[in-house]
Formats: sequence, C-alpha cells, structure tokens
Amino acid sequence: MFVIETENLVKKFNGVTAVDGLSLRINEGQITGLLGPNGAGKTTTIQMMLDLITPTSGTIKIFGKDMKHNREEILGRINFSSPYVALPGNLKVWENLATFARLYGVKDIKKKIHELADFFEIRNLLQKMTSSLSTGQLTRVNLTKALLNDPELLLLDEPTSSLDPDIADKTRIMLKRIQKERNVSILYTSHNMEEVEELCERVIFISNGKLKDDGTPAELVKKYGHNDLNDVFLSIARENEELKNKNEK
Amino acid sequence: MKWHRIQALLMRHLYLYQRSFPRLMDILYWPVMELLLWGFISIYVAKLNVGGFNVVTVLLGAVIFWDLLSQSQRSVSVAFLEDVWERNFLNIFVTPLRISEFLASAVILAFVRIVMTGVVMGILAAIFYKFNIFIFGFYLVPFVVNLLIFGSALGFFTTAIILRYGTSAQVLAFGFLFLLQPFSAVFYPVSVLPAFVQPIAYALPSTYVFEGMRGVITTGSFSLGYFALALLTNAIYLALILWYFYKMFAKVKIKGRLMKLD
Repeated sequence: MFVIETENLVKKFNGVTAVDGLSLRINEGQITGLLGPNGAGKTTTIQMMLDLITPTSGTIKIFGKDMKHNREEILGRINFSSPYVALPGNLKVWENLATFARLYGVKDIKKKIHELADFFEIRNLLQKMTSSLSTGQLTRVNLTKALLNDPELLLLDEPTSSLDPDIADKTRIMLKRIQKERNVSILYTSHNMEEVEELCERVIFISNGKLKDDGTPAELVKKYGHNDLNDVFLSIARENEELKNKNEK
Repeated sequence: MKWHRIQALLMRHLYLYQRSFPRLMDILYWPVMELLLWGFISIYVAKLNVGGFNVVTVLLGAVIFWDLLSQSQRSVSVAFLEDVWERNFLNIFVTPLRISEFLASAVILAFVRIVMTGVVMGILAAIFYKFNIFIFGFYLVPFVVNLLIFGSALGFFTTAIILRYGTSAQVLAFGFLFLLQPFSAVFYPVSVLPAFVQPIAYALPSTYVFEGMRGVITTGSFSLGYFALALLTNAIYLALILWYFYKMFAKVKIKGRLMKLD
C-alpha cells in the first residue's frame, strides 16, 4: 500500500517550472528520503502534499484519497515538522502544544502532552517560553507537536539541520523509535547523506523538478558506481547544475 | 466547522493576552484616551450652549460606537497578523483547520474585545460625564451587532489585501477604517455632508448605525429602517469581501506565497 501517490505533478511559478511531471509512490511504514540539490523542487513538492501550494496540474493522493477533495481528513492523519518553521515564541511550550492538540481534536490533551513530553524528555521545558529554547530543545518540541495527532504519515524537512552532532544523533535515534514503535511512514528531506544512509530504507532523488532515481541507498550507490550516497548526490547535483547552465544558454 | 479548532485559536489568543500588557493596552488605552478627550470637548461645547441638544450625550455615544467599530476591525486584522509576525501560518494550515474556522475565531475574538471596550468606556462615561449608555440597553444592541459585522468584514478585507500584497500593506490594518470615518456620519448627520458625498455615506453600513444610534440617544426611539439598511448593506459587503478573501487565499496558494508572508 502506498501512503503517498503523485501523478504527473507539475508546479510552475510565473512560467518557471519548479516541479515537472513528478510521479512518486511512497510505501507505508518506511522512512523514505526525498533528496535533491537546492532548487530541485523538494520543498515545493512537500508543500503541495500539505496543500499549502496548489499544483499547476497533476494529482496527489494520500492514503489513497485525493488531497483536493479530502484535505480535512488527510491533514488530520498526517503531520509536519521543520526546524525552519518555528512555533510561536511568545507562547509557553505547554501553550503551543495545547493549541495544536486542540486543533487536531486530541481527546485527553494533558495526558497526550505528558506522554510525548516523557518520550522526548521535554517535561522540564513545558512551562518555559518557546523563544527561550535552544535549537536542540526546539527540535524536540517540534517533533512533539508533530506527534500530537498520532500521525500515520510524517513529513520532515531537514529535521537535524543546525543541530550539533550529539543532538542530531539523538534525534535520529528518536525518529527510528517513532517509526518502529508507532509504525509511522516518514518522508524525509536532508542534505546529510550519511544520515540518509543510516535512516532511510528507500531514497528518491529529484533533480530539476523531475524524478531522477529511486531505490535503496545500497542500490543507488551500486548503480552509480560510487563509494557512498554522498558521491551519488554530488554527481546528480553536478549534472543538475550543468543542465541548468545549458538551459540558461 | 469544528468548535474545537475555533476554540484552539481563541485559547491561543487568551494565552497571549493574559500576559501581554501592550495587547491589553490596545483594547483599553486608546478608547479611554479618546473618551476622555471627546468627553471634555463635549462639556466645553455644551457650555457654549450652541447645540440646542445634549452635546455630551451625542458625542460620547458616537465616540463609544466608533471605538467598537474600530476594535472589531483591528481585532480581526491583528488576529491574522499575529500569525504572520510569528511565522506560524505553515503550522496552523498543515492542521485540518478550515479558513472559515480561522475567520470565525477572529470574529469571536472581536466580539469579546468590543464587549470589554464597551463595558470599560460605558463605566468611565458614567463616572466622568454622568452619561449612562446602558440605559438605552436593548435599543443599541442591534446597532452594536452591525458594527461587529462591518468591522469584521473590513478586517477580512485588510487581511485579504495583506495576503495579496504582503506585509508592506499591514499599515492598512491600523489605518484603513479612518478612510471611512468622514463618510460614516460618526459625529454629524449625513445632511451635513456635501450633496455629492452623501451617496458614498449611504453606501456604508456604518452611516445607518450612527444615524440610528443618534436617534436612540436623542429621541429614545429605535429606527427599524436604519437597522434594516445597516443589515442589508452589511450583508452585501460581507458577501463581497468574503468572496474576495477566498479568492486572494486561493491566489496566494497558487503563487506559493503563504509561507512567505513576512
């Protein structure tokens, strides 16, 4: 079963094509990496999946349902986290979490927040102002928010960027635990290829808004004849750059 | 619409207001200052004995009603801007929240704010100027409801403009209403306006509210005609503005600018 299916997804901004006929299928219960160089169309694709951007053409199905006609139901079953999207700093952590728990219609808000706060070890932060937290603490609070509705699908945009190696490692361990214990499907973007190799069971490369390649990290490393996923990324990024320069000429 | 989602946004504002002195000041400071200023002007004009009617009553009534309209519009606009300032749009719109729920929470917040403002101004007017607006009681309620509707509609309009043109247009949230003040017959009847301006005045729901309010305060009688016209023009404005708001929201999603409103 696929949790996400896109068919010929296209997004153009003022004549510039950001996503170009992208057809993807994301498996249930896996951590899938969505990779590509800057400007490849990853963020636009994720934002279309979240109904924040309207596609120019093509379809998006999540849990087998068309996003256009089932937005409310779908968004109630998924969640999103990104270090670039902070929770309001002028509220306490508890207040932010309680607000989002209400938005998702969580039944026992107190119990749910305490359960997740224990999981992410943020109980001591609940009464602190969100603006006073460190980057690592904010990442854990963001992930707590992302699990409030017990999502079946998590979209994570570079969740470990700007974290020090220790906190980044702890975050990866947490993500593995979430996936394993809650059987959550995760679509994950990152520029850290080591992390992707460690976490993702499957990797999708996009370049210039198009699907470039798809497979397990080991399969892709073998296919491109490199030593690791980082080299695969570099060769795809360089190819992408050459193509862009050629198009501009 | 789901109440728990409207409640979530209202609770968020409650969390903010309970420890934000500037936000409370926004509800109380300006209305109180205006009340004091216009109260003393009214007393002075009354002493000149040129009005031939109770100047204090009419002017203070106008000031209080104007502030209710202003609170209503500003409350809706600022409720939206809070999310822009905190870059919180992505967070709330990746939840199942509907636009209608977002707008409904802003209107309820506006209602709470105008009740607070109205009560505080009413009490101060009674203490300082022996003007008891509450004696007009239920006669004024229909007009206050119209002010809430018109203020909210204007709040949606300024919000739609900010969505479309970005935060450089946020000055409208605080100044737009003043464009309508001269034509709304707030402190004087429409008959005072030049003939060519009067059609503009009669196209605004606020004009019927202020004319109706003056009628209640000076004669004690409720004008069903003014009330009906206020309601009718409000319905037209609200429908047009909601259409425009939804259109702008859809456009922003097409342009991919929902996340770039800062």
